[in-house]
Order: sequence, then C-alpha cells, then structure tokens
Amino acid sequence: MNLTGKKKRQASEVAIKYALLACACLTLLTTLGIILILLIEALQFFREIPVWDFLFGTTWTPLFSGSQQEFGVVPLIMGTLVTSAIAAVIALPLGLMAAIYLSEYAGSRAKSILKPILEILAGVPTIVYGFFALTFITPVLLKPIMNIGTFNGLSAGIAIGIMTLPLVVSLSEDAMSSVPRSLREAAYALGATRFETSVRVIVPAAISGIIASFILAISRAIGETMIVAIAAGQAPAGQSGASTGWWDITQSMQTMTGFIAYVFSSDIARGTTEFYSLFGVGLLLFVMTLVMNIASQWVTKRFREVYE
Amino acid sequence: MSSDVSVNLKSSSYAPKVARRQFSGSVWKWVFMGSTALAVVLLGMLIWSVVKPGASWLNWHLITSMPSRRAEMAGMNSAIWGSIWLVLGSAIVSFIFGLGTAIYLEEYAPVNRFTDFVQTNIANLAGVPSIVYGLLGLIVFVDWMQMGRSILAGALTMGLLILPVVVIASREAIRAVPSSLRQASYGLGATKWQTVRSHVLPAAFPGILTGMILSMSRAMGETAPLIVVGGASQVLFRPDGPLSGFMVMPLQIYNWTGRPQEEFEHLAAAAIIVLMIVLLIMNSIAIGLREYFGRKNRW
Repeated sequence: MNLTGKKKRQASEVAIKYALLACACLTLLTTLGIILILLIEALQFFREIPVWDFLFGTTWTPLFSGSQQEFGVVPLIMGTLVTSAIAAVIALPLGLMAAIYLSEYAGSRAKSILKPILEILAGVPTIVYGFFALTFITPVLLKPIMNIGTFNGLSAGIAIGIMTLPLVVSLSEDAMSSVPRSLREAAYALGATRFETSVRVIVPAAISGIIASFILAISRAIGETMIVAIAAGQAPAGQSGASTGWWDITQSMQTMTGFIAYVFSSDIARGTTEFYSLFGVGLLLFVMTLVMNIASQWVTKRFREVYE
Repeated sequence: MSSDVSVNLKSSSYAPKVARRQFSGSVWKWVFMGSTALAVVLLGMLIWSVVKPGASWLNWHLITSMPSRRAEMAGMNSAIWGSIWLVLGSAIVSFIFGLGTAIYLEEYAPVNRFTDFVQTNIANLAGVPSIVYGLLGLIVFVDWMQMGRSILAGALTMGLLILPVVVIASREAIRAVPSSLRQASYGLGATKWQTVRSHVLPAAFPGILTGMILSMSRAMGETAPLIVVGGASQVLFRPDGPLSGFMVMPLQIYNWTGRPQEEFEHLAAAAIIVLMIVLLIMNSIAIGLREYFGRKNRW
C-alpha cells in the first residue's frame, strides 16, 4: 500500500483547520473593531463635551456655530424611542395576531399564499418604506385626518412598524408552530374552543419565542435608518418651529440614526466636534441595540418550555 | 380567603357557556384573519404608492443614462453598475469568510466556551444597526487602509454586514447533510478536509447558494452604511475598477427622494420599480433553487 502522501496530507489538514479558524475569528474581530472604533472616536468627542452633558443635555444643535452649538442627546433619544414606540404599537399586536392566525387557524392553502407575501414584505428595502412614508402615509393617509407636517415622527413610526411586522409574524409563528400537537389536543379534549386553545395554551407555551421576537423587532426599529432619514425630518424632537414639544409626533423628529445619515449626506469637515459627535451617538445606538439583542437571547433561553 | 373560595365554587362558574364562548371565538377568528389581511393590504398599498407615480417614468432612458440635475434627462446607469460591482464584491468577501466560519463551526469546532462565544457573537453581529457598520467601514477601510470612498471600501463594509446572514444560512445547509455521508467517507480512509470538500460541501451547496443569493439581495437593498462610506453625491460615470467612486441604486433613490421638485419623486418611484424587479428576480432564483434541489435531494 502506498501511504507516502500521508505526512503531506496531514500538514495541509492542519493548515486548513487554522485557515477556517481564522475565518471564524474574523467575526470576533468585526465586533472588536466596532467597539474599539466607536470608543476611540467617541473619546475624542467626550474630551470636549462631558459625558454627563451629552447624555442629559436637552438641546441638540451640533451643526450650529459658536455658543449656540449644544450636544445634549436627549432629543435624539426621544425621537428614537417615540418612533420605535409607534412602530411597536403597530407591529407587536398585529404581528402576534397574524401569527396566531397563520399558526392556529389558516389551512395549508391559505398559508402557502400568505407566507410568501410576508416574505416579500420582509425583503422590501427599507428605503422603499421611507418613500412610502413620505409620499403615501403622510399625504394620503394622515393629512386628511389631522394637521401634520411633511416630515413627522408618526408616519416614520408607522412605516417602521410595517417594516418590522414580517419579523414578528415569522418568528412568533415559528415559536407557536413548534408547540407540540399534544397540547392542542389536550385543550380540545377539555372542551376549549379554538380561540381558548390558541390564547390560553399555545401563546403561553410559545411565550419565550414571542417575547424574543418582540424585543428583536424593537431593536430593529431603534437601528432603522433610511425610513427616519427620509420621513422623520431633520430637526430633533421639539426643536422645529411648529413643534409643541418632544412628544409632538406630527412634527419633525430626528432620531439617532437619522442624525448620522443626515450629517453624512451633507458634507462634514473631519476632525471637528460635530464629526466626533457622530461616534458618540453611534456608540449609544450600538449599546442600546446590543442590550436588547442580549435580552432577547436571554429570554429565549430562560423562559423556553422544552417538550419531549 | 374563605369568601374567595365560595366565589370560585359558585355553580355558575362551572357552566360551560358554550354559545357565548363560541361566539367570542368566532369574533376573534375574524380579528386574527383581519390582522393577516391587513398585512396583505399594506403590501398592496406599498406597491401602489410606487407604481402609480413611477410606472410612466419607467423607460430605457432611465436605465441607460447618467444622473442629471434635470429630471427628464436623468437616469440611473451609474447606480446600476455600482450596485452590480458592490454586490459582487461583498458577495466574494462574505462567501469566503462566511463559508469558512460555517465549516469551522459545524465540522471542526470543539464544544467549548470559545465556540460558544463565537456563536453568540455572530448572533449579536446580526443585530447591529447597519449604519454602525458604516462608521466601522469609514474609519477602518476609508481612512486607515486609505481606500478612499471607493467600491472596495463599500464592498468590504457590506461584506461584513451580510457575513452573519451567510454564516447562519451556510451552517443550516451543512447541518442538513446527514452524518452517514461523512461516516462513509471516513470509512474509505478520507481525511476530514477531503470529506468536507468532496462530500459535505457538494451536498450542502444548494442551501449555501440560496443563502448567498438572499444575502446578496440584502446587500443590494441596503443604503445606510453606504451613505457613511460612499457619500450621497452625484456620480456621473460607471465604476472602472475597485478603487473607483460609486453610486448604488438605493442611494440614487435616496438622493432623488430628498429633492423638492415633484419630477424627482416620479424618478425615485421609477428607480424603486427597477430595484424591486431586480430583487424579485434574485429572490425567485433563490426560491427556485431551493425547491428544485429540495425535490432532488432526499436523504
């Protein structure tokens, strides 16, 4: 038997293993890179603006000059939280109810039509939702029923809600579909109606997956950029002329992501405090979404019901 | 306490109330159905809001000419070419590293805390807002590596962005290959890599390809990181190399949407139709492949 190639073969085996390991390490490097770069650049910013003033200041006017320039991030956080809350009000209940329908009521034919439609909704680029918010939701749906500005937090929030809807539906539906059949049959045998089975047995059994999908959807809403860049306007909440306060969703409401996109779509000088403020905002955004993603994973692990 | 018990034991709480419960059940059924129907209606409205202003502006001129300050003259040729370059570039990056990571995690990685950490990290990367990747790309690729605002910098940024998607899809495809295939290969004396290369990867290939196409369509529609890396100004030329400046379709749409003149809104809508058609074709290919190989491979 000729085994002369064996040694060479083993050497290349080891080399390949380490090459693959290096690929896996690139994903770690990416995370490390994101954290380091946000920290390093944000540090430049915090050298000039104290962290405290940044986090708790209530006026955000980074592009003004001289003494009018202020870096209080609260209005941007408010813009992000309010638009995300509007999105959640739309996507969470609607998504959960659609998921219940798909998992517990729909027949296989209805499913085979509805699921591809949701997949299409999930694949629509976010810029299209932004266009939809600006040219349809605001002028066609909202203008006739209320006094609303061309750029406003409400229509952006609604569009984000529609964008995250498929995520909630598909993840919640997955969670409910994986509840074993025996639980449904036991409920029916006790005389429960289909609705009672769905809401009192299936939803509680799948609650970890459902809540995880909710948290992921909110995290996606917080990180969404293009919709708010197009439709939410360029003045922070409460700082546009017509706005009555940070809660005024009918007026311009810039978010953290919207600010970053806005600054880069116009030209900005490198090395200025305004430039470094982008990384302060980016760092805050990264931390917020990271916390939510970790929370979602924790909920999935901690509250999962395991059936054999 | 005792009064609570007596309340609970009232005979009325044991009455089946069948009619009432069935009625509320059927009401809720319509509510659930209505929610699902609303999603369909929303998709309809979305399409309508784009097709109505855009359809009449959709013509060859739009596809073959360069952007212009005058809406009637403007086209998206540079954006189409930019998108092709960028998507292919990011696909190459994410394919090499994504598949490598997936093979490592599925076939090589020992069960330990490091492997656990890598997996959690990938899940978290998938949730990082896309604009944060833009900030990473701006500093690392554009500044440190001095690539400038080039296609290369954009493709590397986008490659990192879609990397988690590629890893997750490839892992699922590799995991679906039955272990009997691996054991048969080992039984014939093949080494680990030979087994992976000649048996696992070919069997997992359709799934990997499907995942690749889906992640490419994600890269095609993504805008935010490229605003940071590429800038949103006009580009009046086709890219001629990896270090060329670039424009992509979603950025062009963003650029046009932001203008006050109404003609540009029509132009943006027409460009969205083009983008959506491209995405629809890519996704149909992915679904078609999945169906075709799904029927063919039955383990």
